[in-house]
Amino acid sequence: MSLTTDLSQAKSQATSRATLRAKARAKSGSNATPPGEANQSPRRRSRKRRERIFQWLFLVPAVIYMALFFGYPVVKNVVMSFQDYTTTTFFTGEAPWVGLANYAKVLSSSLFSTSLLNTALFTIGSILGQFVIGLALAIFFQRKFPLNGILRSLLLLPWLLPLIVSSAVWRWILDKDSGALNRFLGELHIVNTGVPWLTSTSLALIAVVGVNIWIGIPFNLTILYGGLQEIPDELYEAGSLDGATGWKAFRHITWPMLRPVVSVVLVLGVVYTLKVLDIILGLTNGGPANSTQTIATQSYDLSFHEFKFGEGAALGNVLVVISLVFAVLYLRASRRSVDE
Amino acid sequence: MKSAIRTRRPLALAVAALVGLPLAISGCGTTASASSTDAVKEISVMDYYNNEPDKSFIGDALTACGTKAGVTIKRETVPGKSLISKVLQQSSSKTLPDVLMLDNPDLQQIAATGALAPLSDFNISTTDFAPGVLSAGTYKDKVYGLAPTVNTIALFYNKDILAKAGVTPPTTWDELKAAATKLTSGEQYGLAFNANPTYEGTWQFLPVMWSNGGDEKNIDTPETAQALQLWTDLVKDGSVSSSALNWTQADVKDQFMAGKAAMMVNGPWQIPALDKNAALHYGVVKIPVRDASQTAVAPLGGEVWTVPQTGNKARQAKAAEVVACMNSDENQMAMAKSRNTIPSKTTLAAKFATDNPKLATFTDLIKTARARTGELGEGWPAQATKIYTAIQTALTGKASPADALKQAQDQ
Repeated sequence: MSLTTDLSQAKSQATSRATLRAKARAKSGSNATPPGEANQSPRRRSRKRRERIFQWLFLVPAVIYMALFFGYPVVKNVVMSFQDYTTTTFFTGEAPWVGLANYAKVLSSSLFSTSLLNTALFTIGSILGQFVIGLALAIFFQRKFPLNGILRSLLLLPWLLPLIVSSAVWRWILDKDSGALNRFLGELHIVNTGVPWLTSTSLALIAVVGVNIWIGIPFNLTILYGGLQEIPDELYEAGSLDGATGWKAFRHITWPMLRPVVSVVLVLGVVYTLKVLDIILGLTNGGPANSTQTIATQSYDLSFHEFKFGEGAALGNVLVVISLVFAVLYLRASRRSVDE
Repeated sequence: MKSAIRTRRPLALAVAALVGLPLAISGCGTTASASSTDAVKEISVMDYYNNEPDKSFIGDALTACGTKAGVTIKRETVPGKSLISKVLQQSSSKTLPDVLMLDNPDLQQIAATGALAPLSDFNISTTDFAPGVLSAGTYKDKVYGLAPTVNTIALFYNKDILAKAGVTPPTTWDELKAAATKLTSGEQYGLAFNANPTYEGTWQFLPVMWSNGGDEKNIDTPETAQALQLWTDLVKDGSVSSSALNWTQADVKDQFMAGKAAMMVNGPWQIPALDKNAALHYGVVKIPVRDASQTAVAPLGGEVWTVPQTGNKARQAKAAEVVACMNSDENQMAMAKSRNTIPSKTTLAAKFATDNPKLATFTDLIKTARARTGELGEGWPAQATKIYTAIQTALTGKASPADALKQAQDQ
């Protein structure tokens, strides 16, 4: 929606500019050539044209790259979602058109509502946890204390580990019978029997969200810490003279100054989280009984396990559209922060 | 408006470049493959034996077969999970290897695309192969792939734990339930199997489903419901950990080796790992049946070797020689022995059983083993998904076994 309003605004501006120009032309008399262009010598014009061509030549590599690695896959995926695309298609290249059948099948499947709800819960839960903990840690590391730098770099560790490794380790930690977490809780006499973190339909999603929060904290911490460093100390000094310390300082100085960074972190976080696949596959494979099945895992399953590439693509596109909404929000947010 | 006109020409140029590029690339591809019609010196092979010791066993056999056929082998091993996507990629870019190994339930899927050549084109003999092996390798009445050795799953039991509890290896479901309950105490579970939401979970359930007369075409039947009831009961009464919902077959083996499970459902490929622990004494029996009069039907596992349609007759002929050699009597026996698998030819299997009593149970099961794709062919993945969905629904208590199967079948 935001895109269309932007476009219509731009269009109306353009038309008003055109009418102004027309009026000006009318004023200057019957001479149809605008005064500026009449003065240009042909040589100058050709030089300008050459310049323009050079400008475009510089753009060509980027355009080719974008079209090849971004444009082509997106277009292909959209086309695929309207086709009966099977394993045979890879060999013969034939994929009959089926119109909206793939979308109809995917959207009407009883699993879709489960996946959609799980995707929403997973995304909201992960973002909330990552952001709050990341922000708290970022503020904590603003203080000067020994080992600050080392601790901060250790916190980056989850980010550096391959996701397959982290999920395998977490699978052991969260194991019901011999997992470290249950051992630990058992020693503290918090629980007596093994908690089925990954095998209970009510706990599995929470456990997966927990692991994803752990993975996402470094990203949030790093960006927010950077944002905090940008806030000039003078503001806090001036604030403290006026009695703004602690929570008040956070509310009236830190938060407003951090806003642009926050919006970027949140929107990027949402887009990254929506498409999370490896962590869920590594931890639960979407189970037990689809309780951690998201749109991303379901789309992967359809394409690469059941070989229904058309349906997988259709579901993938649903995810792309959802991400796109957030991407537009991100673009607007970043534009606003530039304007400010 | 003005700027739009300005952009048009360079844009057209860029579009032309973009259209031209793939054309140029594909042009290169076709000229390269058409040229080599003279003597074939090298054959490319792709398989998923990327871990030792299988990697060397298979590699050595391939090299020997290559020498026999007068070619060198250029082998590529890829992880099991990425084999199919790689094959699909190659079949669209027309760069399939000369010899391709496939997991047997994938064969019909790939054969259906037209990417494979029927082995009858090369006069490869298919006599004496066990019926399950042939049905796995057959698509629309033509054999496309042959497995030198095959495997299946059975019930492993810890001899020491069972002797201490005074339990004999179970042969029926009632005995299994009683034994599993009796063997469960403290940190030790009576039985371990895997019921995870992947094809592996389906694979481990097939023995009870098939032995009881269940069928994959329609899983909403009383026979399959009885089988799922057994799985559900075992988890519900605590003789199988609910972690089974997330375990892989490797996890199941780890539980068994750690003494945390007295019995397990697993395959002979775990034997090298089990034998590393000299203190572990185990035996293998068939997975119990509901009624003693029923025959145990096990699912067939193993990899088939195929000859893809590469469009080069000379290379395909050499590739077929290699595939035939891999399936020769000597190679079947040698690979079966080194890899703890069963020769797929029935006469060899009989001889093999007497020489290798440890694998006798598996050898016996292969005679009646059923291929997963035997009935449904390319339709198997969709139905296998329904089966594991039903298992998960029933084991988590979201629905009764009968309802879970009905829901899954109707989906």
